[in-house]
Amino acid sequence: MQTQHFFIVGDPLILGADISIILVSAAIIFVLTYFKKWGWLWREWLTTVDHKKIGIMYFISALLMLFRGGVDALLMRLQLMFPNMNLLESEHYNEIFTTHGTIMILFMAMPLIFAMFNIAVPLQIGARDVAYPFLNAVSFWLFFFGALLLNLSFVIGGSPNASWWGYPPLSELTFNPGPGENFYILSIQISGIGSIATGINFLITILKMRAPGMRLMDMPLFTWSVLSSCIVIIAAFPVLTVALFLLFMDRFAGAHFFTMTHGGDPMMYVNLFWMWGHPEVYIVVLPAFGIFSEVVSVFSKKVIFGYTSMVVSLLLISVYAYFTWVHHFFTMGAGADVNTFFSISTMLIAIPTGVKVFNWLLTMYRGRIRMTEPMLWTLGFIVCFVVGGATGVMLSVAPADYQYHNSYFVVAHFHNVLIGGTVFGMFAGMTYWWPKIFGFKLNPTLGKWAFWLWNIGFYVCFMPQYALGFMGMTRRIYTYPDDMGWTPYNVVSTIGAFIMALGFVFQVWQIVYSAKRMDRDVTGDPWDGHTLEWSTTSPAPYYNFAVIPKVEGRDAFWKEKKKRSQPDYKPEKRELKPIHFPKNSGIPFIMGVCFFIAGFGLTFHWVWLGVIGLIGVAATLYARSFQYDTEYVIPVEEIKKTEAALGRDI
Amino acid sequence: MAHAVETGVKHEDHESIKIAGFWIFLVQDVLLFATLFATYVVLRNHYAGGPTPKELFDVPGFVAETFILLTSSFTSGLAALQLNKKSVGGLITWLVITGVLGLAFLGFEINEFTNMVQEGATISTSAFLSAFFTLVGTHGAHVTLGLGWMLGLIIQLARRGITPVTSRKVSVLSLYWHFLDAVWIFIFTVVYLIGVM
Ligand code: HEM
Ligand SMILES: [Cu+2]
Repeated sequence: MQTQHFFIVGDPLILGADISIILVSAAIIFVLTYFKKWGWLWREWLTTVDHKKIGIMYFISALLMLFRGGVDALLMRLQLMFPNMNLLESEHYNEIFTTHGTIMILFMAMPLIFAMFNIAVPLQIGARDVAYPFLNAVSFWLFFFGALLLNLSFVIGGSPNASWWGYPPLSELTFNPGPGENFYILSIQISGIGSIATGINFLITILKMRAPGMRLMDMPLFTWSVLSSCIVIIAAFPVLTVALFLLFMDRFAGAHFFTMTHGGDPMMYVNLFWMWGHPEVYIVVLPAFGIFSEVVSVFSKKVIFGYTSMVVSLLLISVYAYFTWVHHFFTMGAGADVNTFFSISTMLIAIPTGVKVFNWLLTMYRGRIRMTEPMLWTLGFIVCFVVGGATGVMLSVAPADYQYHNSYFVVAHFHNVLIGGTVFGMFAGMTYWWPKIFGFKLNPTLGKWAFWLWNIGFYVCFMPQYALGFMGMTRRIYTYPDDMGWTPYNVVSTIGAFIMALGFVFQVWQIVYSAKRMDRDVTGDPWDGHTLEWSTTSPAPYYNFAVIPKVEGRDAFWKEKKKRSQPDYKPEKRELKPIHFPKNSGIPFIMGVCFFIAGFGLTFHWVWLGVIGLIGVAATLYARSFQYDTEYVIPVEEIKKTEAALGRDI
Repeated sequence: MAHAVETGVKHEDHESIKIAGFWIFLVQDVLLFATLFATYVVLRNHYAGGPTPKELFDVPGFVAETFILLTSSFTSGLAALQLNKKSVGGLITWLVITGVLGLAFLGFEINEFTNMVQEGATISTSAFLSAFFTLVGTHGAHVTLGLGWMLGLIIQLARRGITPVTSRKVSVLSLYWHFLDAVWIFIFTVVYLIGVM
């Protein structure tokens, strides 16, 4: 690897990014040093095992990645706005759609759902933390350093350019000799280990850590959705791990899994990739479904309509998710029988989804609806997802898909469900749980601006793309001639993208403004919520609950509040006991650094550096295994003091 | 150990929660191997003019390997019995024996791989060999990891004796070891037996 290939400096856009990265890093280091915050950063954040703080770190990282992926999107839309534009050359365009897709799915959507898992699940089930707090921190740092590795590719060595699928033979060494695809493989691999760990962690948390009295069928629907999402993670991610590992073996060790020669079979990668890839879209959308269920019920002041059918359809979706993967490549030509099977299985999955939509609508029916921000995002989602679902069913008709395949129709469809489903869902969750996490509400006026800008921008951007698809515009083209008749649609689409960007600006403004101006939430229950997370203070103390709540049936906190309002209500005597609590640890962070070093070394085929990194990983695992003193006891006195400071008397 | 402290879960449950998580970890590892098996089956006769299993596999070699690993699974079972008897000495002894058998297994595997490479049958020769080396090698890597883990655990047992934590660790490790044995039986059948038949 020569140095002039190592640092990418030729392109002015990248040079600009280089400079801004250096400036931002310098600024951060300066601020931390000037305000003497290094110790604070290490003690409070880098070594934390508290699920709430880990949730916040996931959240901030996801927003940063949304920004990065969004800048990519704007660059692409600018390039496509007019025919024969020269903003991005073809190679650069390829890199940008690849990093955009990879970042948005794996380093934006995934951490965003994990943020919500962490923020809400333990509180919703009345637990003090997740089942494995240490592992939870490991998951976060693996995600973090994986994301860092991928983002580094932009300025060092060159970004991957074979799309977020990384299909061989294009991603093989013969056609892609640079380090770009290695960045892609290794960054996903590292964060993927973290994702599997998160799946296991939350599955066990939900199964084993619920407050006494909470049966499975008493769980809030968000918790149910996380449970099904975790099942899908555990079942699907190993397949991705193997697919990428085999591709890595091809590139690194000269194997022939997916090459065109020596008996390799590129289509096998395609199959493996989508055996993970289709379930992946459910991994990121199921938690959104869960959030909508919470929001609809709270803001309609009703219990959710059809709880059991909601649970059943969540579980059905997580099983069906495995039987649709071929719909991503009907054109492979697997034969009429195979395509028919996958066509029908894809259509079937619309049924449980439809059930959920009707349940949400029926929950709202004759409810006392409060048009808060989370509720707005939910309504925006329902409309958007119905459009996206309908075009999805269109795509599932195999013969018709021969026309739509790889056209802008597909681009419009998946943004319809990913933005309308996952992103709107997480925005609903963000605005809903914000007071619980940070202790203050978000300014609703700015939020409504953000909502409308995102929504209008969305349709302006993506509806023309359906038309463009019909007119023959293929995806992943970097420019087009001016006699295609596509120009007006592309102009409109780009305007829409900028409207959404403005929506994002409003969200940042909203957060900054609200942090300064909005009142603190002293009640702990600003929305008149139904579930246990609203029974503790906002923000929750680090041990979540001074006394573990006792649960009777669904919507436990709502019932509790009703009981309390009875005239003959006598509060139960709550006896405080010392709490066993996990100690903070620097090992997860250091392990992440070691993984990063290993990934970086292997990316550049510097085996020595890879080995050093892996030895570091092994050493951190060993160090942890030899640690026995990993917990401490919070004495009753301290609990009392903390509770008193939060305005709760015991 | 009696704890009058409240954690949200009872303290005794801590160790059982860890074992439950390990089961789920094994589930995902099963899927990982299942995927590798699937690729192997797809590619198993993509010789690309290279050698075939019949020419490559050495029957006494892989039978011996299998025998050694099965025995090690048995000895790790004996170790678990010592755990029930609360005998640290016996436990460590059987773990050491298991570890030595695991090392012998690895020795056979490394020997097999180097012989094949010397005969010119490398991972780059054909898709079949890529799949072979990757599947069997991944199992070997798991065994190596298990051995490192076993070493760490033996040291901990020697230092701390049998406590709820160390005995949970022993149970988890022996689960892992039996699991590797089960995977090997599939490799033995799908790769070696069907290969030479
Ligand atoms: C915020 C507004 C967004 C805009 C304006 C936008 C725009 C685009 C554009 C222009 C492309 C390239 C199309 C092509 O050349 O074929 C693209 C691809 C893609 N986008 Fe987005 N996007 C946005 C948000 C998202 C989000 C939130 C996600 C996922 C959660 C996402 C996932 C993807 C994926 C997976 C691809 C495919 C990449 C590939 O072809 O390999 N996008 N997007
Ligand atoms: Cu799909």
